Amino acid sequence: MPVILQGIVTILIGVGGCVAYFYLSNLVLDRFIFPAKGEQAGRNINRANAVRPWLFLFPAVFVLGLYLVYPVIGSFIRSLYGREAGDFVGFGNYISLFGSPDFQTAFWNNVLWAVFVPAASTFFGLLAAQLTDKLSWGNIAKSLIFMPMAISFVGASLIWKFLYANDADIGLINAVRDMLGFSDPIDPLQIPFWNNFFLMIILVWIQTGFAMVILSAALRGIPEETIEAAILDGANPFQLFFKIKVPQIMPTIVVVWTTITVLVLKVFDIVYTMTGGNFGTEILPSYMMDFMFRDDGRATAIAFVIMIVVLPVMVWNIVQARKEVR
Amino acid sequence: MDGMAGHKSSLSWATNISVVVLVLLWLIPTIGLFVSSFRERDQISASGWWEAPFAVEITARGRTATEATPEGDLFVVTGNIYDDPEAGSFFPNGGGEIVAFGTRGVDPSEFEAGTVADLGDGETLVINPDGSYEYRTPEEPGSRGQRVYFAAASPPAFTLDNYRNVLTADNMDRAFINTLTVTIPATIIPILIAAFAAYALAWMDFPGRGLLIAIVVGLLVVPLQLALVPMLNLHNAIGVGQSFLGIWFAHTAFGMPLAVYLLRNYMVGLPRDIIESAKVDGATDFELFLRIILPLSFPALAAFSIFQFLWTWNDLLVAKVFLPSDDASKVMTVKIADDLLGSRGGDWGILATAAFVSIAVPLVVFFAMQRFLVRGLLAGSVK
Repeated sequence: MPVILQGIVTILIGVGGCVAYFYLSNLVLDRFIFPAKGEQAGRNINRANAVRPWLFLFPAVFVLGLYLVYPVIGSFIRSLYGREAGDFVGFGNYISLFGSPDFQTAFWNNVLWAVFVPAASTFFGLLAAQLTDKLSWGNIAKSLIFMPMAISFVGASLIWKFLYANDADIGLINAVRDMLGFSDPIDPLQIPFWNNFFLMIILVWIQTGFAMVILSAALRGIPEETIEAAILDGANPFQLFFKIKVPQIMPTIVVVWTTITVLVLKVFDIVYTMTGGNFGTEILPSYMMDFMFRDDGRATAIAFVIMIVVLPVMVWNIVQARKEVR
Repeated sequence: MDGMAGHKSSLSWATNISVVVLVLLWLIPTIGLFVSSFRERDQISASGWWEAPFAVEITARGRTATEATPEGDLFVVTGNIYDDPEAGSFFPNGGGEIVAFGTRGVDPSEFEAGTVADLGDGETLVINPDGSYEYRTPEEPGSRGQRVYFAAASPPAFTLDNYRNVLTADNMDRAFINTLTVTIPATIIPILIAAFAAYALAWMDFPGRGLLIAIVVGLLVVPLQLALVPMLNLHNAIGVGQSFLGIWFAHTAFGMPLAVYLLRNYMVGLPRDIIESAKVDGATDFELFLRIILPLSFPALAAFSIFQFLWTWNDLLVAKVFLPSDDASKVMTVKIADDLLGSRGGDWGILATAAFVSIAVPLVVFFAMQRFLVRGLLAGSVK
């Protein structure tokens, strides 16, 4: 298998190259550029130490700059051009996008996704975290709820497509309907508007485990004294949960919520596999893939719209991180 | 709900039951596909997977034999319906008990098995539960026997045929190897690059450090979609094109913000004493990193590798854009989403099996390394 060989060679070159780069660049810096001897030894050591962080950082910064910073600018510039790279249209792509009904459907569906999925995942995650907290078999339950995290979006879509199958002998949903006395099987993926929610459930199913794991750690981190004090004051379990525990883990809930929101804006796999964007289920990432390879101008414009939507979360994250560093 | 002495027993019952329900809700979809991957195609469409352990009632058709023996003024045909090749073909694992039969396609289970059915014109037919039948007719039967329909139980059958088909005939073996080829370098290469950068951001003092950390945090949420067009164009321009080399670069870069962020968060928490005493002993930064930081950071390194492994293994978007779309270089996710779902839309046996082949490895990694995964998640978001 030549591809595998290529892979192994790449690992060797990649890892060997990294080690060689870091070792040699440090060596060159210490021995030849700023040698720690001679009359300027002290100054050289200081200079070498000023340069060294950048030696350590260079590969990562280079890769980040090329693949993540440059594209933000590159995509924006490209989005000002039409289908052909030389055909400048200004904001024409954006204007025609906002005027197109398909884009509007995708945009508003995406808003629905960005509201429903984080809310439902966080809710179920919190519920699962609290319920399993003191259970003897809690860890097993948690790891089973967490399991969908390991499954690809494509695999998960297939699993749910099977569940939604339009046949009472295949799909569980229709079988349950059949049992309840509805004789006609339905196709959940073709019910206008609600089909969006049937797709969102898949992502909720995947993300609940993530929310649960983090919130469960946060619940354990709550100081015992506050809980004991509340119990002594006669709080019932529900008051204990909503008035004592939830307020104390609020910062973590916000982190979980925003992390899932950002994820939602990137996931195109589920819509692509389940409906291909038909039946009014298009969202921005899948809408972008309709233009990928066909109209780079449109595709980059949609990508940039996604970027704008994510921007507030990004700013908020940076502000939080800066607070922590200080 | 601890410490509430009076409520404890009823509440803990309620908790236990709710968790059981929750776990079942979360497990059932996966179990359904798993069970189905071991069932035969006909069985999948005949009954739900939740009935897999039970016999399935299948409606079949066949013909009676043509050799008749005269008996008085009637001709009698006897035999066993399962001896008819057409009827037998419905039951590869042997037929079960016959429940009902009929002679018209619109009503295949008109008569209960074992009862004598009057077909009119003096004809009668009886099919017994074991398949034996007796057909009486006033006229000599022609070269074709009487058409009969019947409903019979087909015993539950589990088979590995789907797996054999998927792994040999559908090019899935190739896709499996391609996925592996994409995943392993894309998991290993970013680690070292990120570890050095994380060390610099955690333990070296230089102007602009805070700004760099902020940028990394910002890049964590940059949508990947932005990078697709410009980077593909760049790859085409420098001759990398759509290739494995290109996707390794892409995955390395896309995993980098999380890698640097996670590792820095972990390294910052390492005890200062160890690092300072090593510096006092004359260790250079390079030695310090290799001998002390790297071994101590093992949990974070493991956590990131699992993330990156799961992410690259499960990825569809990057593979669709940065890999060529020919059959020889398709990874499993692309294969399933584009090929199998399109052309084999109705063949649930094949689809379920392909899905399970593709999620088996991540599931094993997940259950084996869950501790590290959880620790990594927590390092990333809980302070």
